[in-house]
Amino acid sequence: MSPTITWATAKRVLTQLSHDHRTVALLVLVPSLLMVLLRFVFDDDAAFDAIGLPLLGVFPLVIMFLVTSVAMLRERTSGTLERLLTTPMHKLDLLLGYGIAFALAAALQAAVATGTAYLLLGLDTQGSWGWVVVVAVANAVLGMALGLLISAFARSEFQAVQFMPAVVLPQFLTCGLLISRDQMAGWLEAISNVLPMSYAVEGLQEIGANSSLTSTLVRDLGVVLGATVIALGLGALTLRRRSG
Amino acid sequence: MKEAVQVTDLVVARGGKEVLHGLSCSVSRGSVTGLLGPSGGGKTTLMRCLVGVQTVSSGSVMVLDEAAGSAGLRHRVGYVTQSPSVYSDLTVAENARYFAAVLGASSSAAVRAIADVGLKEQSAQLVATLSGGQRARASLACALLGDPELLILDEPTVGLDPVLREELWGMFASLAAGGTTLVVSSHVMDEAGRCDRILLLREGALIADDSPDALRRAAGTDDLDQMFLTLIQKVEAA
Repeated sequence: MSPTITWATAKRVLTQLSHDHRTVALLVLVPSLLMVLLRFVFDDDAAFDAIGLPLLGVFPLVIMFLVTSVAMLRERTSGTLERLLTTPMHKLDLLLGYGIAFALAAALQAAVATGTAYLLLGLDTQGSWGWVVVVAVANAVLGMALGLLISAFARSEFQAVQFMPAVVLPQFLTCGLLISRDQMAGWLEAISNVLPMSYAVEGLQEIGANSSLTSTLVRDLGVVLGATVIALGLGALTLRRRSG
Repeated sequence: MKEAVQVTDLVVARGGKEVLHGLSCSVSRGSVTGLLGPSGGGKTTLMRCLVGVQTVSSGSVMVLDEAAGSAGLRHRVGYVTQSPSVYSDLTVAENARYFAAVLGASSSAAVRAIADVGLKEQSAQLVATLSGGQRARASLACALLGDPELLILDEPTVGLDPVLREELWGMFASLAAGGTTLVVSSHVMDEAGRCDRILLLREGALIADDSPDALRRAAGTDDLDQMFLTLIQKVEAA
């Protein structure tokens, strides 16, 4: 592993993003616009606090999953991945490079969306907005790690995009946002117990209900980071230096 | 060891079909070796074996005294694939700077490599906006970084005009004179004359391995296209 190569990779991914103005605009603005839309759909402060806050964590996960799975698929199909793997670059350099780049992009996205929710739309939480940004970035990095892993199973961009509903929507349906998890059937709750988005949403709900840092929030963040590490580890296994 | 590459009894299957059938050959250091033959003959597969990205069924591939693909070779071997493997959403300079960082070369080396392949004017241009030949050269520039001891170039001159092609072959010769070993594939027979040695591959087997002059003599013709046909007819008759 080399910090120079990792950082060069992060910089390269960010440079690629910066050339694509439309993607940057979509990344930064879409979650905020969705929050605005949501606020008017509910037209009620309490409901917005209950649903809008967890969604601040869900949006970055979904968006980063999509962006990364397509970016990594391109890397695989254009031959650049194979080329990089013939160089001294370590697989972790590549994964962490992507991680750092998309975490930075996610931080910007989360800051704008959170700022919009609090300042413009009157989102009200007991805990601080800073923690909301932290959880949102952690979710974005998780989405990135899942996207990296899933890209190995897609042969085309069509397939990569289809994996989003397959991987992310089941988590969304069972994460406790539509109906609280303890009201679900036992087997369904058990499934939701092993899906990382459940903890992301719970963590944000903790921030909403408590003014100080709770141990549940710390555990939730730990689970999200742990799931990220596992997905990155499995992703590294899919980066083969030799192929048939 | 004097040989830069030593391939022994190499068997490779791709997609369930055997494409190299027990191939043996060697490449001397500081030379330009041409890998020639019709499309589908196994040139790219052999090059992938030299770089160590190809799964091998049996046989051995030694490169610079190490097994092909071993970690110690990753900064000593440069590889350019047939379809340009650079980032189309980055400029030529950004691509070169990135690969320079990965290969431990300086950013001034990146500038030099771009000039070497004749892309100085296009330096700030996105790769996506380049012509096919320019893209291929951008890909080549990224492989020159880090001064590799062995350069594996898969069809580097496809789609280039004669002037550029001449310039590139001039560059290959001067790299070889400086001690770099080059393995260059091509299906353009007149490029064979620029090589120190020619490996002629057809249907996964080596049908000739000699200097261009010796091959011309053996085939009794100066015309390289004709030489290739004669050699194939000789193999088929035998």
